[in-house]
Amino acid sequence: MQATAKAFKEAARRMTADLRHRGLIQKALRGYELKRDEYRERFRDWGAARRAAARVKWEAVNHLDRYLAEFADRIGARGAQVFFAEDAAAARRYITDLVRRENVRTAIKSKSMTGEEIHLNEALAAAGVEVAESDLGEFIVQLRGEPPYHLVFPAMHLTRDEIAEVFRRKLGKPAAGASTEPEALTMVAREAMRQRYLAADLGISGVNFAVAETGMIAVTENEGNARLSTSLPRIHVALMGIEKIVPRLADLALLWPMLATAGAGQPITGYNTLYAGPRQPGEADGPEQLHVVVIDNGRTRLLADAEQRDALHCIRCGACLNVCPIFRNVGGHAYGTTYPGPVGSVITPHLRGLLAWRHLSFASSLCGACTAACPVGIDLHHHLLHNRRNATRAAANPFEKLLFAGFVLLMKSPALFRLAGRIGWLAQPFHQWIAGGPLDPLRAWTKARELPPVAPRSFSALWAEREAKEKKDQR
Amino acid sequence: MNGERSTGTERRPEGRRQEILARIREALRVAAPVPFSHGDAPGDRGGATGQGEDRQAGQARQARQTRDWLPAVEPTPTGMRAALAANLAGLKADLVEVADPAAWGAWLAKTAVAEGWSAVGAMRNEPLVAAAAGALGLPVVWADEPYDKAALEACAAGITRCDALVAQTGSVVVSTATGGGRVLSILPPHHIVVATAAEIVADLPAAFELLAGRYGGRWPGFVSFISGPSRTGDIERILVLGAHGPKKLTVVLAG
Repeated sequence: MQATAKAFKEAARRMTADLRHRGLIQKALRGYELKRDEYRERFRDWGAARRAAARVKWEAVNHLDRYLAEFADRIGARGAQVFFAEDAAAARRYITDLVRRENVRTAIKSKSMTGEEIHLNEALAAAGVEVAESDLGEFIVQLRGEPPYHLVFPAMHLTRDEIAEVFRRKLGKPAAGASTEPEALTMVAREAMRQRYLAADLGISGVNFAVAETGMIAVTENEGNARLSTSLPRIHVALMGIEKIVPRLADLALLWPMLATAGAGQPITGYNTLYAGPRQPGEADGPEQLHVVVIDNGRTRLLADAEQRDALHCIRCGACLNVCPIFRNVGGHAYGTTYPGPVGSVITPHLRGLLAWRHLSFASSLCGACTAACPVGIDLHHHLLHNRRNATRAAANPFEKLLFAGFVLLMKSPALFRLAGRIGWLAQPFHQWIAGGPLDPLRAWTKARELPPVAPRSFSALWAEREAKEKKDQR
Repeated sequence: MNGERSTGTERRPEGRRQEILARIREALRVAAPVPFSHGDAPGDRGGATGQGEDRQAGQARQARQTRDWLPAVEPTPTGMRAALAANLAGLKADLVEVADPAAWGAWLAKTAVAEGWSAVGAMRNEPLVAAAAGALGLPVVWADEPYDKAALEACAAGITRCDALVAQTGSVVVSTATGGGRVLSILPPHHIVVATAAEIVADLPAAFELLAGRYGGRWPGFVSFISGPSRTGDIERILVLGAHGPKKLTVVLAG
């Protein structure tokens, strides 16, 4: 077994047994579900909106070369530097070169999953730049030295007491005995961050949408930390995957409310901001430089797979995580990936190698809740099946191969099938002694479940008997 | 992170733009099916993209269709105003109604006393705002000309105009010009938007139409759709206002 798969299995076993963790996640998500349903109801036609959103992203992704060039040319014409990075190392190198050239000492970062993907914080720290995460949830997990737990709610797995504890240890506040209400803790973070915005040389953000038609990047956030991070420092670096494109500005009239409702159970997110470039002539503030780093890092491999190309429609709302029975039990950290949950299980094998990450596609009940929740209609649970098929084609498990060869043989030969049924019936009373134990060949099934009893006589035997009896009665 | 120092000899300002675009073209040689192309449902015909039609026609059609799906707003002045008020309230933003723009100043003076302001941020290029802010008798940081960031941070309130108020979402649309730059509407703890009823638009498609008509080819560096005060739910998913930006957002609506 691959080390990644072993680690996942181990973490999944540990987390599913952690009832406290499960309770916390269930509670947080119940509130989300109520709000999501309330605001989804306000759409005149959520289904049609979903289909239209899927079309918008289909159009963008399937003409990506054209739209990406259009976007880069237009934002470039307003003075932004657009850098195309083939992989994480190239993106890091561009940014570390920039901070050396510009003598950057401190950076303030608003939430970016692409930043997590390329491990930017570590690279900046190695280049001597102090990076502070400004999103409250990211700030908390950064203080704890953890990766974000969820695409949208990075600190969802922590209680107020755990957060107060890490604040006290790292920031010296709140004082022992002082309030640990979310409000009070948020104000501790606000205070800690304020001066950093003013002092930072560099602000880093992600990109939710890149508009080809007008050459703009759109950043969606609730806290205002992205607005502060991108307005006060003299340099703004924006990180985006190549798939973030939308063709037209008006597409956001659809995607903004859908992202908010599907992802966070909000009617609209607090700040939806469009940046058309760095500070323009005649403007009084804003960064002198804007660098947009456009990152491939394996995405063109997924693009080349027409069957699963729609996985690049993802707008990273997190809706599929929220409804996934696997995510809700194993939690966001067990996956060991930048992108957890169903969409992470679909795309990670493409981005980071099928054989090392195939196990994630098997950790699914295939219930389809993710597909139903996706605001841009990605066929997530079928893609999990596609990954399983591709993984088996690439490297079949020899034991499974043998098992299926035996199964085929059994199914093709009535005599063998009858014999197997007979042996099963005879062997079952003895099996009880080892069921679920280390000697049990069926342990993978029996350690948590009961084997149904083998019938004393097979269906075909009963059928033949009935036929014979009817014939006799007729006579 | 060893070996990531650039060699210096091959610095490409655009990175591997041509190579990546070529890789994308190569990847797209096999077509992917259009989503939901099987099992059409009502309202799905024509789709959102309409290849082959010109951009303007496509935009107009899409705006029409988007309206059919998004939350409904009655497109009359009263309907829009009612929706705006309801949505602002839902976002925990305050709405104050005054007779006309001349009354902005009086409301600001009253609030300055009530909240005990010691300094405000405002904008010079909007004569009514500049006059009202100037009349408060407090130090004013003019954020649409070069200013001291620390001084603006110390201000109790930031006063701006707006491009539009979106009834459908309760959003205030500000840009570099109407928002007094990028920072004025986000750094002080109370953001005050002085607006007129003429600035209300029904929905997001209408807001984008308005912006496109106003700025056309010359977009400002920054446009923000602000929906309520700064907020977070990052601790136990409990809503807290004033995470990093304004704790309070007030729309002072004239007319």
